[in-house]
Amino acid sequence: MAQKYELKSKEVWDGNTAAAHALRQAQIDVVAAYPITPSTPIVQTYAQFLADGYVDGEFVKVESEHSAMSACVGAAAAGGRVATATSSQGYALMVEVLYQASGMRLPIVMTVVNRALASPLNIHGDHGDLYLGRDAGWIHLIANNPQEAYDMTLCAFKIAEDSRVRLPVTSNQDGFLVSHTAQVVKPLQDEDAYKFIGSYKALNPLLDTANPVTHGAQTEEEWHFEHKATQHKALMDSVNVIEEIFAEFEKVSGRKYNLVESYKIEDADVALVVMGSAYETAMLAVDKARENGIKAGLVMTRSFRPFPHNEMAKKLANVKAVAALDRNAPMGAMGALYNEVAGALTANGQSAVMTNYIYGLGGRDTTVEHILEVIKETNKNAEAGKRVTDLQGFVNLRGPKLSFN
Amino acid sequence: MATPKEMMTTWDKIQFGAVLPSFENPEAKKRSKFHSYNYKVADWRVEKPVFNRNLCIDCDFCWVACPDSCFEVEEVVNKRGKKQAKIVGINYNLCKGCGVCVDVCPTPIKSLLMFPEQTNDNEALKNWPKKDK
Repeated sequence: MAQKYELKSKEVWDGNTAAAHALRQAQIDVVAAYPITPSTPIVQTYAQFLADGYVDGEFVKVESEHSAMSACVGAAAAGGRVATATSSQGYALMVEVLYQASGMRLPIVMTVVNRALASPLNIHGDHGDLYLGRDAGWIHLIANNPQEAYDMTLCAFKIAEDSRVRLPVTSNQDGFLVSHTAQVVKPLQDEDAYKFIGSYKALNPLLDTANPVTHGAQTEEEWHFEHKATQHKALMDSVNVIEEIFAEFEKVSGRKYNLVESYKIEDADVALVVMGSAYETAMLAVDKARENGIKAGLVMTRSFRPFPHNEMAKKLANVKAVAALDRNAPMGAMGALYNEVAGALTANGQSAVMTNYIYGLGGRDTTVEHILEVIKETNKNAEAGKRVTDLQGFVNLRGPKLSFN
Repeated sequence: MATPKEMMTTWDKIQFGAVLPSFENPEAKKRSKFHSYNYKVADWRVEKPVFNRNLCIDCDFCWVACPDSCFEVEEVVNKRGKKQAKIVGINYNLCKGCGVCVDVCPTPIKSLLMFPEQTNDNEALKNWPKKDK
């Protein structure tokens, strides 16, 4: 039996430590991982917990991220609670198996520390890996600070394992800006955290030799479509389960999470859509904009997938102009957030002027002043009632102004 | 192979996560409709092993080596009063014709030999090699 870890009501943790503690408290059966910057400390800290007797489960050292996720798939199909951690290139190597995990409906939890994808090689934070896994059939939860990284990881287990969901979940945090930034975190005590998540209920476990089952069957044109549609339905319907579990989490922690988070959006004319650590920077920019007489507001989707398009449209019902800020190189299109939000607005008959900004690639600083500049530009669209700025701009990029129309 | 019409279901009734149970009733060993036993899974075989019961010594090597569990056995009591598995035939619904059973067969004249798929089993047995006199 694992030893109890003494926790104070307030701990000073960075995002990695917070995620590692959440994994420890979940009493996982198998963690298979291949450490990669900036999520290495999650794996390292978890292994230390194991060595120190705070964890009962298995830790499998593997030879690559492809193997890590494959081992997770095997262990989850066998009937265990399973988790791993990765970033960037490791995430990219895992992608093939991510699709397997979700199609097989295995509730694996992956703590992802978001980092740019090469080339050129870069270890710092952007959402390149998150966007790469966008269509993999996983639920993607977003955390903006270490407290949220802890909370989202705990919620991830409960959401993934819910009988109505049974899908893998990532809990995302920005590389270095969250993962290596120590802040005050209020953890749950071990027994409370475990009580919240609940014990694992295996579904069709491979290790039940009395009732053998086949996992990972091949389905051709007669079956594949039906399976994928069912999986998509589980993902679409999971928004209700996520809301329910957030409400339950509020009861045990006192911290309230929403499908779409917002800041001063109620009376806003100008709205920003931001995801990740820049959300908190944008809060300060919104305050400054309001000092300058611009009624700015802020929204963020807590779950990137499933994307809560109706809730998002509702939040943006009264704004005149929206700027979607994507922390990923869009490579020949608008950023994903722009597309999702524009689609959500159109579907609901809303006609706020939409623009897209690309920011913070490879860990590039995005300050309050930068975001304030975006708010000011977006305000021009709000005042004109039509788009007078360029469709896609770049924040804090060196050189002559780069934009697209 | 095409799925039989009676097995075609709709998305809302489909097997969760494409997980297929072997048994409808595990305790009674009642095979489910998904059990590969109920499928033709050997359509592409071009050569088949033929089994010669008269030469077989029931070493069960073929039973162990067969990757598709094709060898059908019966439980018998041998001369020393011990229970033994007697090889009685090959399930051609499962056999892919890999020929591993022929390789492992240890009798001086093989009790298992490969023949073209269309060969009649009785023909094959008639043409079985004989011991050199």
